[in-house]
Amino acid sequence: MFQFIVRRLIQTIPVLIGVTILTFSMVRLIPGDPAQIMAGESASQEQIELTRERLGLNDPLPVQYFDYVSGVVTGDLGNSIRNGRPVADEIKVRIGTTVSLAFYSTLLSVFLGIIFGVFAAVRRGKLSDTLVMIAALFGLSMPNFWLGLILIQYFAIGRDVLFFNTGWFLASGWGTWQQMVLPVITLGTAGAAIIARMTRSSMLEVIDQDYIRTARAKGVKERIVVYRHALKNALIPVVTVVGLQFGALLGGAVITENVFAINGLGRLMVGAINSRDFPIVQSGVLVFAFLFVFVNIMVDVIYRLLNKRIDLN
Amino acid sequence: MVKATDILDQEPILEVKDLQTSFFTDKFEVKAVDGVNFAVPKGKTLGIVGESGSGKSITSLSILRLIQNPGKIIGGEILFKGENILKKSEAEMRKIRGNEISMIFQEPMTSLNPVYTVGQQISESFMIHQNMSKKEAMKRSAEMLELVGIPSPKQRVKQYPHELSGGMRQRVMIAIALACDPELLIADEPTTALDVTIQAQILELMKDLQDRLGMSIIMITHDLGVVAETCDYVAVMYMGKVVEYAKVRDVFKNPKHPYTVGLLNSLPRHDIDLGDVELQVIEGSVPSPDNLPKGCRFAPRCPFATELCHEKLPDLEQSDNGNQIRCWIYTDEWDGDQEVDVSAKRTT
Amino acid sequence: MREEINTGAAQIKAAPNPTLVKLSTFWRKLTSSKSAVVGGILIIAIILIALIGPYFVPYSPSATDTANRLNGPSLAHWLGTDNYGRDIFSRIIDGMSITLYVGFSAVLIGMTVGVFLGIISGYYGGKIDTIIMRFMDILLAFPGILLALAIVAVLGSSLNNVIIAVAVFSVPVFARIVRGSTLSVKKLEYIDAVKALGASDARIIFKHILPNVASPIIVQATLSIATSILSASGLSFLGLGAQPPMPEWGAMLADGRNYMYDAPHVATIPGIAIVIVVLAFNLFGDGLRDALDPKMKN
Repeated sequence: MFQFIVRRLIQTIPVLIGVTILTFSMVRLIPGDPAQIMAGESASQEQIELTRERLGLNDPLPVQYFDYVSGVVTGDLGNSIRNGRPVADEIKVRIGTTVSLAFYSTLLSVFLGIIFGVFAAVRRGKLSDTLVMIAALFGLSMPNFWLGLILIQYFAIGRDVLFFNTGWFLASGWGTWQQMVLPVITLGTAGAAIIARMTRSSMLEVIDQDYIRTARAKGVKERIVVYRHALKNALIPVVTVVGLQFGALLGGAVITENVFAINGLGRLMVGAINSRDFPIVQSGVLVFAFLFVFVNIMVDVIYRLLNKRIDLN
Repeated sequence: MVKATDILDQEPILEVKDLQTSFFTDKFEVKAVDGVNFAVPKGKTLGIVGESGSGKSITSLSILRLIQNPGKIIGGEILFKGENILKKSEAEMRKIRGNEISMIFQEPMTSLNPVYTVGQQISESFMIHQNMSKKEAMKRSAEMLELVGIPSPKQRVKQYPHELSGGMRQRVMIAIALACDPELLIADEPTTALDVTIQAQILELMKDLQDRLGMSIIMITHDLGVVAETCDYVAVMYMGKVVEYAKVRDVFKNPKHPYTVGLLNSLPRHDIDLGDVELQVIEGSVPSPDNLPKGCRFAPRCPFATELCHEKLPDLEQSDNGNQIRCWIYTDEWDGDQEVDVSAKRTT
Repeated sequence: MREEINTGAAQIKAAPNPTLVKLSTFWRKLTSSKSAVVGGILIIAIILIALIGPYFVPYSPSATDTANRLNGPSLAHWLGTDNYGRDIFSRIIDGMSITLYVGFSAVLIGMTVGVFLGIISGYYGGKIDTIIMRFMDILLAFPGILLALAIVAVLGSSLNNVIIAVAVFSVPVFARIVRGSTLSVKKLEYIDAVKALGASDARIIFKHILPNVASPIIVQATLSIATSILSASGLSFLGLGAQPPMPEWGAMLADGRNYMYDAPHVATIPGIAIVIVVLAFNLFGDGLRDALDPKMKN
């Protein structure tokens, strides 16, 4: 397994190089003088020249790229235009928030998705199956910013219901559980819907397999047939979807952070785009991509652990 | 109407009476098993033979009540040690499955769960039916692997199915089935998916285990060769019905039903010298189960069929040599050639 | 793992027998699927409303009325008014065509580029294939709408740039599906026969490969319209797409969020509109998939 992880890490190197090339080119693709862009619109001529010097913009492109990558590797991502602080520091203080938001949302979507997917599969064709699948379809058709606002309206601002008010949670920030509940639901719902659909169809495929009949012929209880014999097999393709979902979720975090005023990477980036703070945008995109690539490696490892049929070599 | 137990020399462990299992689609009902009767003698082997679509596999699944939607057992009795198991609750049924009646299947490649080790899958039977601890069950699993002739069982229990060959996997299936020392083993085409040399080994193993453990076996197969080698009694099925039910030796010596004769003629024989005779095939093919013939199910393909055969379905009747046969030729109502010699076909 | 990844929204594999499903059986299957029928009817209704609705709306979508700000739904204003006193119903109807324009054009661009790259990749194989597919891998390394976000950052905030960004984001999805289907079609003997008869590559691709990879493309396109509309409205919600006063639903929703307490309908209604449109395409896409690709039927 260790060997597999190492091999998988080596395999991602070309992708990581490609990602850095793209983020590197990003700044140079923007119409205008890259030095001006990286120094900010209000920069003085002197500052612009300083930036040009620092980025080595007079060097040939390969040299510039090499400088960029060595900066990335050593953690030197330049300085923010807005407040002049190192980009690496700005990202460092926020990355934990975004990762935990994405992590808890993934947890929620996996949990709900599998439960409802199995529930629907076991009741195939019945009314409860149809209802769950309709709910799932709604779940993946909802814009998460809208869902977030609705949740805020009903569960943060609150409504008077009989003798109590439903404003149980907080509408902004990240840290306490009252702050975390609504963003996690907002971000996790679409994933839960997709995982539920995937789990259901995967379960329906597995439940017709010969080895399920073998288990039944052994006298295994139907509940155990479903949860021990079928589910473990059905989860194998679901794991892949969870990995992909984590990517969609990282993207969704950008929006969710904005809805709930959470001071994470996504909010930092949107703010940076609006104020044309390109060093931040460039590195933000890079960090998100790296995160996703490494999550995919983790997913691969889990996939191998679950799927015994795959040869480790 | 005759009784299936009439031809047995032993007590029956299982008696199937007028079993009917149907599959329901939106538009019609497919009678996969349509009034099947047979009995399985204690400690002996009954073969159920038929082409695919004859209902033999559905019959075997019905005995364990493993028919899944949209299929349903709609009538009849299945008496196991004198008790009708169709009347039992699902919980009682689970105590029978894998414990008193076990089953092995045609596809050893897909019949084992790919995500559990061989040991875990055998242990499960011990843990369900004998309340064994995990450790104890694993030890017994290794013993079972040894019993079914798998070398270095202590290592094998830790392996996953994909690490074993097809023949090995079928041995594991047998180990699972025999773990709780069942009184009846149902083997649904256990060797069909295997290489010829492995087939012989598996059949040999089953016979050997029957001698040692004394269980009864239902051997479901389309291969009369397998029947000749392993069975004491045989029921020939055609389109959801038993058409001939007899001792194996009587069937091979003196087949009565034109379908049985047809099956035998299509079988290469090494035991008797038939001279320069060509192998025969049964003309035509099995009709679609949603479009059953009105009379005898075999009439459209039968070389002897008369108007009576096409119009009316015959019952299963005792013939002079004891075989139970579903054919008009052996009844008083027969409207064709009185001197017809069904088995004569073989030498033409 | 990358090789095995299917797209989250549509689990589409290359059909083993890529002969097109006969039109009549396809139609029968499609009309027997409840989700396809409901989705199809909704889509037709939505397109009709987008085309002729703006001529029948009670108010001009940009007419402000400061005396009637943030009014709730009433007879005069069926869906209430926003913070400038504009009629929300009229704005929703007017915004319908923007939503469809974004969804269709983003998918059209993404599909065209993706199908082109996928066919080239699958048909020619070798180095071209490696280069194209590695590039797709790199694009796929940007999670969710992040790629679109980066593109908008480069191009600047506007609706058309959002369309381009969302289109780029869907290119790898199409390229992968089409490449897989092309590979399986290429293996068929009749393609060899056609080649032997001296058909040009272009002819083989247009006459023989494209029709055979059409069904997974159509299914993915339908589902991609749904996700494109969601992503684009998300970008507009963030202020990176359609700019006010354009009645784009995501932007309208963003406007309304400041009045959540007093006038929740301002933000709620555009959201419902998005849900309905996205749901329609998802429903239709599900039905299409079942009708075109029996293997994926649940």
